[in-house]
Amino acid sequence: MDAIVIERISKSFGETKAVNDVSMSVKTGELFGLIGPDGAGKTTLFKILVTLLRPDAGQATVAGFDVVKDYRRLRTMIGYMPGRFSLYPDLSVEENLTFFATVFGTTISANYNLIRDIYVQLEPFKNRRAGALSGGMKQKLALCCALIHKPDVLFLDEPTTGVDAVSRKEFWEMLQRLKIHGLTMLVSTPYMDEANQCDRIALMQTGQILAIDTPTGVEQLFDKPLFAVKATETYQLIQDLRRAPFTETCYAFGEYLHLTTHAGVTPETVNRYLIMHQHQHSEVKPIQAGIEDSFMALMQHG
Amino acid sequence: MDKAVVTNKLTKRFGNFVATNEITFEVAQGEIFGFLGANGAGKTTAIRMLCGLLKPSSGEARIAGFDVYRQTEQIKQVIGYMSQRFSLYEDLTVRENIRFYGGIYGLSRADLKAKSQQIIEQLNLGSVADKLVVDLPLGWKQRLAFSVALIHNPKIVFLDEPTGGVDPITRRQFWDMIYEAADRGTTIFVTTHYMDEAEYCNRVSIMVDGRIKALDTPNQLKRSFDVDSMDGVFQILARGTSTK
Repeated sequence: MDAIVIERISKSFGETKAVNDVSMSVKTGELFGLIGPDGAGKTTLFKILVTLLRPDAGQATVAGFDVVKDYRRLRTMIGYMPGRFSLYPDLSVEENLTFFATVFGTTISANYNLIRDIYVQLEPFKNRRAGALSGGMKQKLALCCALIHKPDVLFLDEPTTGVDAVSRKEFWEMLQRLKIHGLTMLVSTPYMDEANQCDRIALMQTGQILAIDTPTGVEQLFDKPLFAVKATETYQLIQDLRRAPFTETCYAFGEYLHLTTHAGVTPETVNRYLIMHQHQHSEVKPIQAGIEDSFMALMQHG
Repeated sequence: MDKAVVTNKLTKRFGNFVATNEITFEVAQGEIFGFLGANGAGKTTAIRMLCGLLKPSSGEARIAGFDVYRQTEQIKQVIGYMSQRFSLYEDLTVRENIRFYGGIYGLSRADLKAKSQQIIEQLNLGSVADKLVVDLPLGWKQRLAFSVALIHNPKIVFLDEPTGGVDPITRRQFWDMIYEAADRGTTIFVTTHYMDEAEYCNRVSIMVDGRIKALDTPNQLKRSFDVDSMDGVFQILARGTSTK
């Protein structure tokens, strides 16, 4: 029995199809990433799964319970950390945690082992008002509150959006450590570089799923020649490569440009073209696609 | 005067807390300057001082030659500003937003008309020019916000996490616009949490606990820290550990 089963779920708001005929499932104990930009439909799908929204069509179960018919029982089985800070800013750290434990008929001590790792970092501030915590601390407290009733399935909606690269890494390390407790976790994020932290991922765009696979599997969906290219004048290089006869797409990727070409194009072809256009210190090397390359290719052909 | 930004020991204290601690740096006109740091490192405080919105506690700063203590009105004329959170009025149309910002910066009626036309054409917004901004996709909003921030031809434009949340293609289209603006001579002062975007900057500074801990070209930073990406540099400086 999979922890989450979604069958042909749709949800519209007026003319906008926020979630459009989505099917997927998440295995028990899996750390599953839902990856896509704003407007992909991630939050709507989350709200359906945590019983806060009814789907227009399709069905879904979480921990074996139907998200519409069994919503009462389901609510006790899940933890949900919404994208926006949703704790009580006027209550202290400890009061917030106690509140959430009490609502679910449990106590902090009963499930302390689940949150210990995270809560020890908050304990020095346990009497501080939640509203006065730093961003990173608020996030840790929200995670503790979502965990305190020992849910089977944890839903984290964009926990790392707007968070710096260091804190994002720390947050994913916390999630990795939670896996030993057997929790199933569905995490959404707009950051493609976080995909590799997940067991499996779904790429989502404008209400639809573009691909579901392991991170490596998604990378392997990319089936065109791909080169990393650089030269002294990056801006000119982009302009020139986009006009090249062999080019399909050319985008900046950190230090290098990623150049997708028609089949059969070799680094020598590209190099000759760069020399012809007087580029200095040019470098062209074939590379394996990353998640972001795959996402962009799927967006264009999807 | 070919420096867009010059600071000397610029400092801001809130009570006992030193949010920005004696930062000294220069940004050349036409440069793409990445202003990085962890959440809470003091970036926003520094930017607010540079924009003339917050009076420093001590130190000096000049923006396009104007002093941040005494010439804040002149500074506002020569800078543009765009943040991810707020830049456009969602219940005004595309055209109304352009007219509103143009009006604030005192563009003449003729200039305003020409600018509106130019922006709408460049961004391919003809079909939605009279639609409310709230109904536009996020990526379109961001590109419009950027164009509006440039409407008065500022010498320097401050971009505070301009690309948060957009899809990877739109994010790169946005950087194409940044490159174009820099190519025309506008100084770009940008913050971001995407470390690949740090690579697109001419130079990058990294703030940790109110101070600038490193400032150099991305290549030189990677060489000094002996890592192969800006993410590597950032992790070492902001976290104090290597992830090699």
